[in-house]
Amino acid sequence: MAVVFGPGSVPGDLPRPLPFRDVQEMEISVNLRTSVTSRYEMRFRSTTAQEEAALAAATAREADAALHPLQNTALGSLTMYVLPETSSLLPQGTNVYVGKHRSALVRAGGSLAALQARLREVTQVMSFTASSIAAALSDRVPDGQLSPDARRYLKSSLGYEITFSLLNPDPKSHTVDWDIEGAVNRYVKPVLDKLSLVANFSVDSQILYYAVLGVTPRYDKESSSFLLSAHSLPHVINPVEARLGSSAASLYPVLNFLLYVPEHSHSPLYIQDKDGAPVSTNAFHSPRWGGIMVYNVEAPASPQASLPLHVDVDMARVMEVFLAQLRLLFGLSQEEVPPEFLLESPGNEGLADWELDHLLWAHTVENIATVSTTLTSLAQLLDKIGNIVIKDDVASEVYRAVASVQSAVTELSLGHLHGAFQASKEAVTSSERAFFDPSLLHLLYFPDDQKFAIYIPLFLPMAVPILLSLAKIVRETRLRKKEPTKMD
Amino acid sequence: SRPRSSLRVLSDAQHSGLTLPTVSHYRLFPKALGRLVAALGVRELHLALTQGFWRTRYWGQPPLQAPAGAELWVWFQPTVTDVDKAWKELSNILSGIFCASLNFIDSTNTVIPTASFKPLGLANGTDHHLLRYAVLPREVVCTENLTPWKKLLPCGSKAGLAVLLKAERLFHSSYHSQAVHIRPICRDASCLAVSWELRQTLTVVFDFFSSGQGKKDWSLFKMFSRTLTDTCPLASQSKVYVDISPKNKEKELLEVSPAPTSVHEAIVQGDKKTYAVYDLLSPSLFNTSRSLNVQLKWKRPQDTEMPIPTLHAQRYVGGYGLQTGEICTLIYNTHPYRAFPVILLETVPWYLRLYVHTLTIITKGKENKPSYIHYQPAQDRRRPHLLEMLIQLPANSVTKITIQFERALLKWTEYPPDPNHGFYVGSSVLSALVPSVTAMKDMDVEQSPLFASLFPSSDGSSYFVRLYTEPLLVNLPTPDFSMPYNVICLTCTVVAVCYGSFYNLLTRTFHVEEPSRGGLAKRLANVIRKLRGVPPL
Repeated sequence: MAVVFGPGSVPGDLPRPLPFRDVQEMEISVNLRTSVTSRYEMRFRSTTAQEEAALAAATAREADAALHPLQNTALGSLTMYVLPETSSLLPQGTNVYVGKHRSALVRAGGSLAALQARLREVTQVMSFTASSIAAALSDRVPDGQLSPDARRYLKSSLGYEITFSLLNPDPKSHTVDWDIEGAVNRYVKPVLDKLSLVANFSVDSQILYYAVLGVTPRYDKESSSFLLSAHSLPHVINPVEARLGSSAASLYPVLNFLLYVPEHSHSPLYIQDKDGAPVSTNAFHSPRWGGIMVYNVEAPASPQASLPLHVDVDMARVMEVFLAQLRLLFGLSQEEVPPEFLLESPGNEGLADWELDHLLWAHTVENIATVSTTLTSLAQLLDKIGNIVIKDDVASEVYRAVASVQSAVTELSLGHLHGAFQASKEAVTSSERAFFDPSLLHLLYFPDDQKFAIYIPLFLPMAVPILLSLAKIVRETRLRKKEPTKMD
Repeated sequence: SRPRSSLRVLSDAQHSGLTLPTVSHYRLFPKALGRLVAALGVRELHLALTQGFWRTRYWGQPPLQAPAGAELWVWFQPTVTDVDKAWKELSNILSGIFCASLNFIDSTNTVIPTASFKPLGLANGTDHHLLRYAVLPREVVCTENLTPWKKLLPCGSKAGLAVLLKAERLFHSSYHSQAVHIRPICRDASCLAVSWELRQTLTVVFDFFSSGQGKKDWSLFKMFSRTLTDTCPLASQSKVYVDISPKNKEKELLEVSPAPTSVHEAIVQGDKKTYAVYDLLSPSLFNTSRSLNVQLKWKRPQDTEMPIPTLHAQRYVGGYGLQTGEICTLIYNTHPYRAFPVILLETVPWYLRLYVHTLTIITKGKENKPSYIHYQPAQDRRRPHLLEMLIQLPANSVTKITIQFERALLKWTEYPPDPNHGFYVGSSVLSALVPSVTAMKDMDVEQSPLFASLFPSSDGSSYFVRLYTEPLLVNLPTPDFSMPYNVICLTCTVVAVCYGSFYNLLTRTFHVEEPSRGGLAKRLANVIRKLRGVPPL
């Protein structure tokens, strides 16, 4: 992290003259045995002439654009520009401006201690927080301690399949057309291009007819519309799910985005939240599964209008909702941002550079945790079945996984996010390949208790004389103990 | 005609993979199959799941026959480098989609035919190394296979003809065959763009003569316990055809009700046929009543038989004992004056060791030499025998093909459950261009999807037929599977008894016996005396 002091913003109580380096460490404890240490290496320096010129721009957005070519663009790095308290670059009331890329403008805030606290807040927004790390390691966190949001995020995977489905339960009344190809190219593709660093994505779409929701909506007389209440939403998905078509051709998790055009007899249909107010987007999402949006068709002007009605879906409106849900599912919500922060909108790409870093930090940590879990359970399996055969290729996959995890951890501690993420991905691939190797199926091995059962016809009759003679020996020793008293 | 219902549902979809290689958008084509075709480089896919056997001799030429069990044949794209791997993966995924045991397809039942199976869609080359063919004759087809098949239809079983497909009726039939055919076709007449065609066919034979007290009358309700009420709104065509062809110049033998929308005459497989057509999309049909229940009544009891088809075949296992046997195939050509060639494909598992030098083909008492023969011997536990022959069938003749085999001994883990049931040998495939009795006009063929055959017709004088013979059930020498346990038990008991007596001999100490208290009788008497209160002896 580079902290760049603009002219007139250097706090008076700096310990050393600029430039200097400083390291901050913080331990985040996940459970009794696991903890993650975060380490920030900060370089304090003053602005160069070019940066000064860029900071002289009229608005924060222009300054951010002008500063971008001057920065370190490595993944995971951050640049903070400290502005004087009186700077007019930031609007009144905001102390921090987070740009589109990997930089932020921060008001000096008087003393060094105040600046340090503010910088820490900024870095947590832009890289990771204790809660985002806990969410990534959610398998290891005790149940009660996890925020409900953490369960929403998708598990880290090497790839994702995104499926857009148009559900038309009433093709007799509506013929629905959607320009999904254009919409995917215009709205989804830029986001996925940016996310391609994180995983492989494939996108497809389908239209399903006669696919109905699992809940009959309630008719509301006042608004003459149909309502789906929040507590019935969990039951909506099941019957649709069966029609969606499994991803038979790949093993990646599927993200489903459904656009539901209600039946003619059930429209308009609105979703109610817990308080009974209609949801403005008319959409909801299901954690780790995807999202559903209800798209109401305007009633025809005259009731005699001939069925079926032709409907052209407004893709901009739909994709806005779906992309917001996609961000939510990847854990890129901005709910935790303190009020004095101003975030630049990421524009057409739908994702700022630092948000990508945020995702990569979390996924790298999660991958490392996954690999260690996989290898541990493999080791447990080997402990349980002694005579299991480990082939050379399985062994080499295990070695590779361990080496990759170690290099990922090293890279991570050095702050090389990109290298660490690549290494953690390789580790996941190798460890899964080793774990799911068909030769390691425990059913292939004959359990010892069954071997014993087969030899019972031998052991049982042989045991009878031995046991009888043991009983006899016991009886005789008892007799012998009594005998001397008898003799006397 | 024998009450036979043949129903086909046709759906056609466009598939675009042009803009982005990873993006594909599906409208009517089911996504599950579409992804499969795209991911594994499939050019053409034909899957049939069949219960029962089509009796060509009695039921006539089938519209599209399939062998009993599961049949899968696939042409891959030339870009596929490892065809065997793609084939394995494909059969595994299909087994998941259709809930069938297609995952049992492996190298021991897969063959690469050279002549019998040609691509049915657009194709540049016919390099048969891109083809894989497998039959699982043991596969049992039931409801769990029908449900995923219905799910592939755009309207599912919610609307259209598919509402008739109730599993409990469909499987109470003599023959049930459901199939999926995927092939590339021209999008339009100019053929500049290619579309994927998915053809789903379902053939069911209901036998009302035996189940309906000797009456051959039928109705939709009687067959399916449903009637037709509407059409799938996505369908461009939705028609019911009823074969009302007059026989032996006697007209008015049967009547159908309600009155059909139109009557269609066509020449199908060399025979002139008349069909009553119910066009479900025509508004007049549902005007009088809300539902359509097609009924067919015979005016007077009659027992005319189906005319014997030009080409039919029969196969059985000969020989006795458990060592050697003989596979006999009889192929009939009943055409009065024309000879035609037929391609016979025989796939035999490796555990029946064929002796090719015993192959004899006899027609009318004389040896008939095949003009083309391709034989690939089996390798134990790796690949089956493949025998392909082109045989000329003279007019009005029976050709008998016999080949002897020896039964191999399997390892004890290789036997399937219930090995005494026998081992299935898949149907052999007969492909032929059969000369038609009535001259055909090309125009008739293309008019409706029912008659637009999957197979290209060469010219008006002949038509393509693919027949499957009966699957065979062969008994192999089966060991007594409880034998190892019996041996273990017996030896263990013997060892234990010997051990026991030795142990006793070695550990027992011998005394001079004192006079005993008396025998068993005396002790018993003492017990009784004690009970009676009398002093013991």
